[in-house]
Amino acid sequence: MEYEVVIGLEVHVQVRTKSKIFTSVGVGFGCDPNTLTDPVVLGFPGALPVINKEAVEKSVKVGMLLQSEIPEVTKWDRKNYFYPDSPKNYQISQFDQPICEGGKVEIELPGPSRNVMGEHKWIELTRAHLEEDVGKLNHFDGYSLVDYNRAGTPLLEIVSEPVLHAPDEAFAYLNALRMLMIYGDISDCDMEKGQMRCDANISIRPAGQEELGVKVEIKNMNSISGVRNGLAYEIERQIQTVKAGGAIVQETRGWDAAKNVTYHMRFKEESHDYRYFPDPDLMPVRIDDAWRKRIAATIPERPYDRQRRYYEDYDLPFTVTSVLVPDPKLCTFFEEAAKACGKARQAANWLMNNLLGELGNAGLSLSESKIKPAHIAELVNLIEEGAISKNIAKEQVFGTMFETGDMPAAIVEEKGLKQSNDTTELEPVCQEVIDANPGPVAEIQAGNDKAINFLKGQVMKATRGKANPALVDQVLKELIDKKG
Amino acid sequence: MAVDLHFKTLSELQALLSAGELSSVELTQALVDRKEAVDDKVQAFNSLDKEQAIAQAEAADQRRAAGSVLGPLDGIPIGLKDVISVKGQPLTCSSKMLENFVSPYDATATTHLKVAGAVLSGRLNMDEFAMGSSTENSAFKTTVNPWDLERVAGGSSGGSAAAVSAGAVPVSLGSDTGGSIRQPASFCGVVGFKPTYGRVSRFGLVAYASSLDQIGPFGRSVKDVATVLQTIAGHDPKDSTSIEQDVPDYAGAIESNKSPWKLGIPKEYFGEGLDPEVKASIQSAIDWYADQGCEIHEVTLPHMDLAVAVYYIIATAEASSNLARYDGVRYTHRSKDAENAIDLYFKSRAEGFGEEVKRRIILGTYVLSSGYYDAYYLRAQKVRTLIRLDFMKAYETVDALLTPTSPFVSFKAGEKNEDPLAMYLSDIYTISANLAGIPGISIPCGLNSEGLPVGLQIQGKPFGEADLLAIANAYEEAHDYSSQHPSL
Repeated sequence: MEYEVVIGLEVHVQVRTKSKIFTSVGVGFGCDPNTLTDPVVLGFPGALPVINKEAVEKSVKVGMLLQSEIPEVTKWDRKNYFYPDSPKNYQISQFDQPICEGGKVEIELPGPSRNVMGEHKWIELTRAHLEEDVGKLNHFDGYSLVDYNRAGTPLLEIVSEPVLHAPDEAFAYLNALRMLMIYGDISDCDMEKGQMRCDANISIRPAGQEELGVKVEIKNMNSISGVRNGLAYEIERQIQTVKAGGAIVQETRGWDAAKNVTYHMRFKEESHDYRYFPDPDLMPVRIDDAWRKRIAATIPERPYDRQRRYYEDYDLPFTVTSVLVPDPKLCTFFEEAAKACGKARQAANWLMNNLLGELGNAGLSLSESKIKPAHIAELVNLIEEGAISKNIAKEQVFGTMFETGDMPAAIVEEKGLKQSNDTTELEPVCQEVIDANPGPVAEIQAGNDKAINFLKGQVMKATRGKANPALVDQVLKELIDKKG
Repeated sequence: MAVDLHFKTLSELQALLSAGELSSVELTQALVDRKEAVDDKVQAFNSLDKEQAIAQAEAADQRRAAGSVLGPLDGIPIGLKDVISVKGQPLTCSSKMLENFVSPYDATATTHLKVAGAVLSGRLNMDEFAMGSSTENSAFKTTVNPWDLERVAGGSSGGSAAAVSAGAVPVSLGSDTGGSIRQPASFCGVVGFKPTYGRVSRFGLVAYASSLDQIGPFGRSVKDVATVLQTIAGHDPKDSTSIEQDVPDYAGAIESNKSPWKLGIPKEYFGEGLDPEVKASIQSAIDWYADQGCEIHEVTLPHMDLAVAVYYIIATAEASSNLARYDGVRYTHRSKDAENAIDLYFKSRAEGFGEEVKRRIILGTYVLSSGYYDAYYLRAQKVRTLIRLDFMKAYETVDALLTPTSPFVSFKAGEKNEDPLAMYLSDIYTISANLAGIPGISIPCGLNSEGLPVGLQIQGKPFGEADLLAIANAYEEAHDYSSQHPSL
């Protein structure tokens, strides 16, 4: 029997803000335990929460990126449960009036090969709500310690509809979500740092059946590939269970990345009654038109809109867009260079084939690069104008430019690299090469056009690369013809 | 120093300080002595840091000597209910759970008092976590009524009322969730004021029921209470439920706002269960206002009979969540017998909380449970709105409402604490002001035939504090009830 897989994802994204969601204490990662705390974070008697405007604003921004409805009024509720990482034993969250309702995310599935773009589709969202993160438990032999530094970090829970049907779709969805968060300056979504976390609900049903199968929740998938692997394992486990005559039970399972298996954590019956009710310490927040407009003005172009524009405006191939699009800073760099020289493809190639590699070797980020868009544009123009050859650019200009940040024209000038376009200078050199290489000349005369490359190489060597290759080609051919 | 310093009003003490006839250190020392003389009987104080109080008094005297007095509270001792946070002082909430907790920060009300130069003189006993009407629910001791030591001081702010009544502090702060300032003020023969919800910051007030709790002052006169309220009222960015509205000049309002007022008599407060002597006292107060030319209107608050039920749903629901943080993990009582994390919760909470607190946590947990939320919590919120609308309707006709504060005078210790429902009914006249968010004051209205104080409650419009104070002050000035004191 064929089975259809149904997956819904709950993704938690830490919203990058200066201070915590309900107090002025700063947000951070890797600080000494319990240093990012105050009476509000620790839930001391009498402490009260006050909503962080920046957290609301960034959540609205996320909602706009996700094309959600942003209701006029949003409010906070208490989710009651006891756990030592929760300072108040309730989490301030949102129950029935989340900050974002509905929405959709465009995803790109893997193509038939790495160089070919895959299918695009839209994944519908249920909602996104803003809540406070909890602390972290550290377990030792015979005791546990709690670190509340993370507690109170603004956390946006983005819930998809159960409309994903394969681990690859989940993988593509998480990547698309991550790109949106990076574009919106919301989060870097580093799953290892806990900036993005993902729980999955997954079920199988016989293909064609309307009714959903029994769902299993998977937790602890700590990377985007981990989600793909965990889901792949779980699908196989469920299918094998059913095929063996077993039944799927509603449960929560954990993903063990080391063993590559999911394992039972708890059954549904053990799940909590969270006793949600509106938090009486917080007032509902009204998001009026003026505020909306201000936030809307900060919404960037979405990644796949940018990808389409790159195809249409610049005629870039997928191999290029797939590198550029995920990185908005790289895109900005590229667009500035393309605009300055008017030759997008060439500019993109210099970025892709040279700059990124050099930066990688040097362990530098793009913002640390001494090469700026203007350098790339000028370099492209020098080549186009025939002032230098591509080889000279690559071998004698680029490295210097990378080291010093000097402009390419200045480097060409300084090193005397400007290629010769003067045939009167070139003719004697070409004649010498022809005279010294009767063999290849004979081959050319016999109709083997490719043999001219050898002669060209000799000329370039003799001119230390400064000759214009197109011109050399022309002069050699003329001289050989004359000779013949 | 002058005899009976301990029964002087804040305004009188202020005058003595200004005239140089009294220093803050002398006053503070005299009150510490008074506390030591009477508190074995009254049991109003959970703790009193004498050294710190004297040090604050010395600082006040130095300011006075330097001619830089901070205001009417400078150098005046004030007691705080043990539920309002003061940095470096215990914050027990009269619970074993917080017996050893020392607060690391100041409540906003505390900050206001410090800035005004007040001398923080003692942590006052209360019903555990402000749950109760007699201060018999304190885990440490029962505060008794200075007028009759066999009777209760009322609650939950029993310590705050009794300390003022017994002459151990001229003014104090309490908190009022369902009558916890007004009812003990009435029982102890002092003035007690519950401001409009949102008028005084709740930051640093340990939450019982967040949507109902409000800090307010006790004193020996309406003017004294106005002075303290003036100091602690105002918007606080640290409390999202505090309201951004200017604080009027209360003392000025008392002077300028004069009779006649339009006063309402809600008939629901005068039915079954009201003690005849209390009724007679209140009736004579109503007659007095009528004699001053006030229009007296009978009004109706039709949903009043639902107030107690609504209160015990909303208050306990919020409490069940607010008190979840006391769990044995961080700063609370921690059971020594726990074998694992779950066990730690169960045992620490079983040992740390008293019976009434547990009763309310269980009740609140129940009304919020899946499947019951709509029937209880949601419906209670709807009725709460109706109760508020009842008041707003009444205020279309009248400026304020005159009622008894409690259906009866102080009862004997032990009389009601085996019967929670009987105890809950002692707040029947005060609860609806919290549900509606409106201000209410209780002022002395004479003694009954047994020599026990009766309280007159005046309830006003939202942010109508100035009117209430003026109406109450007029009655007080015409009677000498506020100058009657218990003989301890």
